Amino acid sequence: MDIKTLYLVVPMAPLAGAVVAGLFGKLIGRTGAHLVTILGVLVAFLASLLIFQDVLAGHTFNGAIYTWLTSGNLSLEIGFLIDRLTVVMMLVVTFVSLMVHIYTIGYMADDPGYQRFFSYIALFTFSMLMLVMSNNFLQLFFGWEAVGLVSYLLIGFWFTRESAIYANLKAFMVNRVGDFGFLLGIALIMAWFGSLDYQQVFQMAPQMAGHTISLIDGHPWSLLTVICVLLFIGAMGKSAQFPLHVWLPDSMEGPTPISALIHAATMVTAGIFMVARMSPLFELSDTSLSFVMIIGAITALFMGFLGMIQNDIKRVIAYSTLSQLGYMTVALGASAYSAAIFHLMTHAFFKALLFLGAGSVIMGMHHDQDIRNMGGLKKYMPITWLTMLIGSLALIGTPGFSGFYSKDSIIEAVQASHLWGSGFAAFAVTASVFVTAFYSFRLYFLVFHGKERFHNAHAEHDHGEEGDSQGHHGAPHESPWVVTVPLVLLAIPSIYAGWPYIEPMLYGGFFGSAIYIDALAHPAMAELGAEFHGPAAMALSALTTLPFWLAVAGVATAYYLYMVRKDLPEKIKEKAGIVYAILDDKYGFDRFNDWFFAGGARLLGGKLWRWGDVAAIDGVLVNGSARLVGQIARISRYLQSGYIYHYAFAMIIGVALLATWFV
Amino acid sequence: MLEGIGILSLTIWVPIVAGLLVLAAGGDDRNASGQRTLALIGAVLGLLVAIPLWTGFNVSTPAIQFEEALPWVPSFNIWYHLGVDGISMPFILLNSFTTVLVVLAGWKVIQTKVAQYMAAMLIQSGIINGVFAALDGMLFYVCFEAMLIPLYLIIGIWGGPNRIYAAIKFFIYTLLGSLLMLVAMIYLFFVSGGSFEIMVWHKVGLTMMAQLLLFVVFFFAFAVKVPMWPVHTWLPDAHVEAPTGGSVVLAAITLKVGAYGLLRFTLPIVPDAAHELTWLMVGLSLIAVVYIGLVALVQADMKKLIAYSSIAHMGFVTLGFFLFNPLGIEGGLIQMISHGFVAGALFLCIGVMYDRVHSRQIADYGGVANTMPRFAALFMLFAMANSGLPGTSGFVGEFMVVLGAMKVNFWWAATAGLTLIFGAAYTLWMYKRVVYGKVANEHVAGLTDIDGREFLVLASLAIGVLAIGVYPLPITDVMHASVNNLLEHVAHSKLIP
Repeated sequence: MDIKTLYLVVPMAPLAGAVVAGLFGKLIGRTGAHLVTILGVLVAFLASLLIFQDVLAGHTFNGAIYTWLTSGNLSLEIGFLIDRLTVVMMLVVTFVSLMVHIYTIGYMADDPGYQRFFSYIALFTFSMLMLVMSNNFLQLFFGWEAVGLVSYLLIGFWFTRESAIYANLKAFMVNRVGDFGFLLGIALIMAWFGSLDYQQVFQMAPQMAGHTISLIDGHPWSLLTVICVLLFIGAMGKSAQFPLHVWLPDSMEGPTPISALIHAATMVTAGIFMVARMSPLFELSDTSLSFVMIIGAITALFMGFLGMIQNDIKRVIAYSTLSQLGYMTVALGASAYSAAIFHLMTHAFFKALLFLGAGSVIMGMHHDQDIRNMGGLKKYMPITWLTMLIGSLALIGTPGFSGFYSKDSIIEAVQASHLWGSGFAAFAVTASVFVTAFYSFRLYFLVFHGKERFHNAHAEHDHGEEGDSQGHHGAPHESPWVVTVPLVLLAIPSIYAGWPYIEPMLYGGFFGSAIYIDALAHPAMAELGAEFHGPAAMALSALTTLPFWLAVAGVATAYYLYMVRKDLPEKIKEKAGIVYAILDDKYGFDRFNDWFFAGGARLLGGKLWRWGDVAAIDGVLVNGSARLVGQIARISRYLQSGYIYHYAFAMIIGVALLATWFV
Repeated sequence: MLEGIGILSLTIWVPIVAGLLVLAAGGDDRNASGQRTLALIGAVLGLLVAIPLWTGFNVSTPAIQFEEALPWVPSFNIWYHLGVDGISMPFILLNSFTTVLVVLAGWKVIQTKVAQYMAAMLIQSGIINGVFAALDGMLFYVCFEAMLIPLYLIIGIWGGPNRIYAAIKFFIYTLLGSLLMLVAMIYLFFVSGGSFEIMVWHKVGLTMMAQLLLFVVFFFAFAVKVPMWPVHTWLPDAHVEAPTGGSVVLAAITLKVGAYGLLRFTLPIVPDAAHELTWLMVGLSLIAVVYIGLVALVQADMKKLIAYSSIAHMGFVTLGFFLFNPLGIEGGLIQMISHGFVAGALFLCIGVMYDRVHSRQIADYGGVANTMPRFAALFMLFAMANSGLPGTSGFVGEFMVVLGAMKVNFWWAATAGLTLIFGAAYTLWMYKRVVYGKVANEHVAGLTDIDGREFLVLASLAIGVLAIGVYPLPITDVMHASVNNLLEHVAHSKLIP
């Protein structure tokens, strides 16, 4: 087969599966629906593997598939850019998606919306692939919004639950705020570069570096800074960066498989991918890089804090995802794009693993998600236990595990950066190591070790995922093989995907021309490369560094608080009154947004409608002029009284007046 | 001059004759099914005769095509002069297509005076085709005014409880707007040396004062139809009271006539005034996007909400036109076509629910997806298209207009871009309250999903929405030559001292 046909097969195979499962779900039945979508994603994964090899052999591709529209001298195309950055993303997306598809067979087994769910996740895979394979900003935006749509549909999958349909609308709206910035960024590029094609824009970018625009009179700003910040606002929405992070924790209302696929491994990393893809633009604006780094640092640290006090197993992992996305964003700001993508990849494996593991726990617990009701599950769910332990170890950056290589590289890169704000960022990512280790192992100990608390908890639980109605509240049980096999298959790269790849991906020029770094201005990665002496040495030397001991301290603290002195957490909670209240309130963002934005818009809309449309325009102008006509008519009616002497009198007066005038 | 009857004449007269036949053959409502079938045949024929306009269209020229000319009132040099270019042709197709859908949509709902209803729809369709095909000013004017009558009757006879107020408001609002246009046309007749040819008027030199006055007159005629803020308040009332079919035609076609008038009359006849008053038109358009977007958010009546959403979306059209670049004008035109599909579909969706529950209040619904899953899926597609989701037609026009605006002014583009947020907010919030959630009451519990006829209507619109969203090139190709020609024309001053 022609390799170009293969490019087309990658997104089209999942799309075909989605269409078939979506339109003919009743006809083909449950088995048919999962077979056809899994087949589609499997084909996409295998094709991605072939393309990966082809790209490694040096064959990149950049070309159009069809012209979307033309206008004036602008031509907008749908096309593919297949380079090393693309293929990494393609492999991650199709692999995790395949695992999630298989897992879903078990997880959604009893759900009446089975076919619909498979159709959605296959559609998501298509959208995400179109996003990463794009060679232009238009298609990027297409994929960008399409993954947002599927995310919306999936968060609200259980659409009879008020919390789910609140969360999905919120997710869509917050993302739209980000997309608003993103769209303006794209429009600015079109207006100044005259093209939306990556290659043309990137080639022109250095010439545009000196341009300024005055958005406010008398304040010229660098054009590229404005563009990059606007584009990054899009990334803040999609990748849930502060202050547009508010939608991600609520998105946990969706079924767990999509929390793994969409809200951990792939969609939320679209913003990271986008900035890495735009490296030729961001490299030209130190201001925007600083902005990126600071936003990422805030997200990494402060969202981690929130993870420490959550009791819903999925929400703990959700805040962990926010924090880890912050790490990736910080890396982007430090011009360590390759480290960001590297962490994106390892994170996709271990975070998908953690979410799917959490889903397995939830199934084992008969759809109870509160970690306070768990404990001692190790005995009942050995495979889930082991794989989740692996995932947690990878997440906290245990030397040797995949997460260690990517995360430590980010910390080092930030320390080597000299941009404004890098000091704060370095502090934030380092401190977050402790936080990450603490909440990860707090979860781990509470779920898998200690006393079995589920016996007495089952009496009152009612907020399970699907409102479990079977009512068999037996002991927890290990999940079926369709669930555990994906866990194992994800555990393998969670351990292994670090050490063989760090050297080529970060220092070996793996990404080639796909990522551009201005090494003179931003030498962080180059400096790291000079100090890098192989993955083994890196793991070994890490034992003497601060992050490692912070991680150890985090695990130890968690162990002490939740295994040894179990009374302490309650006491700390009481003592830390205000701090706990602030964290419990999630810094008040949700309340503020509900009050100010949602409430404010409704209030303003109501006032405009009542005072503007109803009172002023209709009341005064429209009905008012109708009344005026009526009144004039009523008055003028008296002139036509029908009495001859009235008319005669008027004539006499008239004649008199005329006579006075002329005589 | 062409021999015989041309295609454009067919698109006008086939629906009108079909309408008259339905009336004549109709009798009373006992014969309703025969009248419906006859009306459907007429509508489909009307669509079929319009198809050669698309297949036979030469996209490489801005010249008028499918031209027909017969003397009508020779003493005043008034001609029955028809012809289309890349700007008007798509709307004849859109209108003919919509006519088929509204005939189908009224199939069961309209149970009284069936023949009259169907006839009004068909005759209206023919007259509207006349508006888009007319090249003679008087012919345009006659059709422009005549198209009000069927719609006035449709609202006034088959409408809701407050239909008389709405119908009169609609009629007087739009009539007042266009009466002055007649004066303007007579003025143009004299300054052009005795011609009612629109294309001749394009070339007439005018003083600034004359241009400004003409601009104001045309503005009132067309802005009321679009409708632009602040002459928009007739639309929500008309929509709320109109039967579903009336709302669909109103949203899909009638509003487009106003915008079309801006392109056919205002821009080319008074280009200098148009440039001079760009600030006004852009300002009003942006108010439509922001102000109306916020007003739409708080509507409790679904039809009112979509009516306000229509005004906001038409704000993009007028904004695009007054950017004076190809992206803006073509974006505006695509937005018009897309809005025809999307707003039409949304009114049909509301009609589907109204037929079953007899309420348009959002509060009377909740959890419709539980009982009408197929309907919910289609409704979701149209809601997303209304929110401007890429891949649907709703995105194409908005995207082009935002790009076009950015070329002119950052803040115009930014303000217009707010629709990304507002559009999603009012549409999806409504969708959430109506379709998602638990079954809210026994009305919703008793709903039956859409039948084959309803599915056919909505699915054909869905295909259109997706096709335009994924591959808009064929439509922009049709427009290029005419739009570029128009822009070139508008760029040259025709000021005379």
